[in-house]
Amino acid sequence: MDLTYSPEEEDFRARLRTWLGEVLPGLPPKPAARDWPGRRAYDTAWQRMLFDAGYAGLHWPRDAGGQGATPTQHLIFLEETERAGAPYVGANFVGLLHAGPTLAAEGSPGQRARWLPPILRGDDVWCQGFSEPDAGSDLAALRTRAVRDGDSYVVSGAKIWTSHAEVADWCELLVRTDPDVPRHRGISWLAMPMDAPGVTVRPLRTLAGSTEFAEVFLDEVRIPVGNRVGAENDGWRVTMVTLSFERGTAFVGEVVACRRVLGALARAARANGRWDDDVLRRTLGRLNAEFAALWRLTQWNVSEAQHGGGVPGTGGSVFKLRYSHARQELYDAAAEVLGAGALDADHEWVADRLSSLSYTIAAGTSQIQKNIVAERVLGLPKGR
Amino acid sequence: MDFRLTEEQRALRDGTRELLAKRFGRERLRAAVDAPGLDRALWRELGGAGFFALRLPERAGGVGLGLPEAVLVLEEAGRALLPGPLVACQLLAGAVDGVAAGERIVALCEAERDPVLWEHPGDCDELILVEGGAGRGGAGPGGGSGDGPGGALRGAQGRTGGACRSAADRIARAPFTSLDPLTPLARVTDLRRTAPLALDVPRLRREAALLTAAQQLGSAVRTVEMAVGHAREREQFGVPIGTFQAIKHLCAQMLVRAEIARSAVYAAAVTERADEVTAAKLLADEAAVRNARDCLQVHGGMGFTWDVDVHLHLKRAWLRAERWGSAREAEELLADGLLA
Repeated sequence: MDLTYSPEEEDFRARLRTWLGEVLPGLPPKPAARDWPGRRAYDTAWQRMLFDAGYAGLHWPRDAGGQGATPTQHLIFLEETERAGAPYVGANFVGLLHAGPTLAAEGSPGQRARWLPPILRGDDVWCQGFSEPDAGSDLAALRTRAVRDGDSYVVSGAKIWTSHAEVADWCELLVRTDPDVPRHRGISWLAMPMDAPGVTVRPLRTLAGSTEFAEVFLDEVRIPVGNRVGAENDGWRVTMVTLSFERGTAFVGEVVACRRVLGALARAARANGRWDDDVLRRTLGRLNAEFAALWRLTQWNVSEAQHGGGVPGTGGSVFKLRYSHARQELYDAAAEVLGAGALDADHEWVADRLSSLSYTIAAGTSQIQKNIVAERVLGLPKGR
Repeated sequence: MDFRLTEEQRALRDGTRELLAKRFGRERLRAAVDAPGLDRALWRELGGAGFFALRLPERAGGVGLGLPEAVLVLEEAGRALLPGPLVACQLLAGAVDGVAAGERIVALCEAERDPVLWEHPGDCDELILVEGGAGRGGAGPGGGSGDGPGGALRGAQGRTGGACRSAADRIARAPFTSLDPLTPLARVTDLRRTAPLALDVPRLRREAALLTAAQQLGSAVRTVEMAVGHAREREQFGVPIGTFQAIKHLCAQMLVRAEIARSAVYAAAVTERADEVTAAKLLADEAAVRNARDCLQVHGGMGFTWDVDVHLHLKRAWLRAERWGSAREAEELLADGLLA
């Protein structure tokens, strides 16, 4: 049980902190929340700065163009960038946090050379075409068909909840390549260019007013067979690799941010008199304990990942279950502090309160996560 | 940074679990429910195995280990529902003769609680009274913001406090029927302050809270296992009840509580920070109490009987939750910490 960082890790932290101190003051102002082209430009420019400074793909393997950093260094990176108020991964989320690592793990040498460098340089933005209108949490029920025609797959169907689809260059797309076998076995993982003929994007407006995700309609889209990652009909296994990345490390920086917001809430409550409310004050105290523990659980998970081959384990499900609810409780407490100010849709805490509602749904609902924990960790029998 | 247990720590945990399984199995546990006097032979055996002298330096006859190791050992004691003033004997092993070896049994008593309760009064050789914790002015009903929000608590934390010792037979007491059948209690009616004992009281309080939290963690983990074990075997409507999502979700939530508490307790053992200890106690108390209740629910009607062990975990969890800082005190302290 060692929570001290090694001299090398402390040195890495110090260099990163110095660099952030130098470059952050010169960044342009952040674009408006609803300006997606503006946000793409901003996020990819930041990615380019990371690339030029040697911080791009920190946790990716070196032979994939990354820095081969340890999970602990990645943790330090997320901690320091959040603490310094650096831009979040934003539109590069899918490319950097799961499509890229999946391509690095499962792609052929040619596929890696073609797709990975542009992600790292900030040239290409990826989106995720997993979910479908009739297959939400039941991902394996997907129906988008891919029919082989010479050197191409001809793909027809519809995807939904596709984040950043409006501004993406590529899509990690799950398709059904064999409808006649048990449903987990007939799926393939394809890389689809978003400008291919037959691709139509219809942005969806979230309850927060943002168009961060979209429906994507596919009408006889031709995708070269060479864009398939992994074997034909082996896409489910490839997908599980992707999802383990998504659940394991995607929220690390956010815990740091939540702890910062919690401190700001307490100070705001002290300033406006809400601090005298025993219930609110105790709620904030309890959340202090929750987020401190979630940070320690993150360190635990990272320690496990560092010694278990890099793919995060079931600790990710435990983390996601508690974190998603704690985040909602945090912003509900923010509304208590704000009083009538909680009706101001432009307030940062109000916008975050609205978006926090997606956390118990996205990346596997809390109910699905509980099934996973009960069956895979606790060994309870499969339900019907 | 590598937060995982070292090989030696895992060996210590496994060895403790084996020792307790052998010497305090279910039969012994149920016998203790009927006759809750402490087993002096077992106490000496634990002393001989280094249970109490764990953190004493080797030149003083101890094992020379640290707080994380003590946490692992007390987690196991919590799992096994081992009764007795374990935290007191662990903390006073270097301060009171005979405690390290398990020859003498001492209890700790918090003077500012009302009533002032004494665990295992019939089994103790000495009682150590500890004063100067979070005062009731800060933490009791209606308190909290007398001299500014959290001010009373902050002041109480800063107080150094003191401790004094008394032979067990010289303490005036009144009967008190304990909720926990495994932990007899007496109400102390006369707080003697004649023989001061030189102790770092703030540190003792912090460590007592952490080691109590470690026992709560062990209990919380054990009740997950009990619930899961029952859910796999108990059949209703022709299938194990564990196939039902409602049961699955109760069990999953129990594991989440236990693992969150584990992260907090282990980290506090490493950092020894007061705020982390406070948070760990809060989360471990909740995990132990809520998990015992959910375990009872999974057991259905049988869970409500004396025959099943679930009530023993719940009652002990309630008892421990009242000691070394309640939820209300912890939340107030942690809220105060946000402004620091």
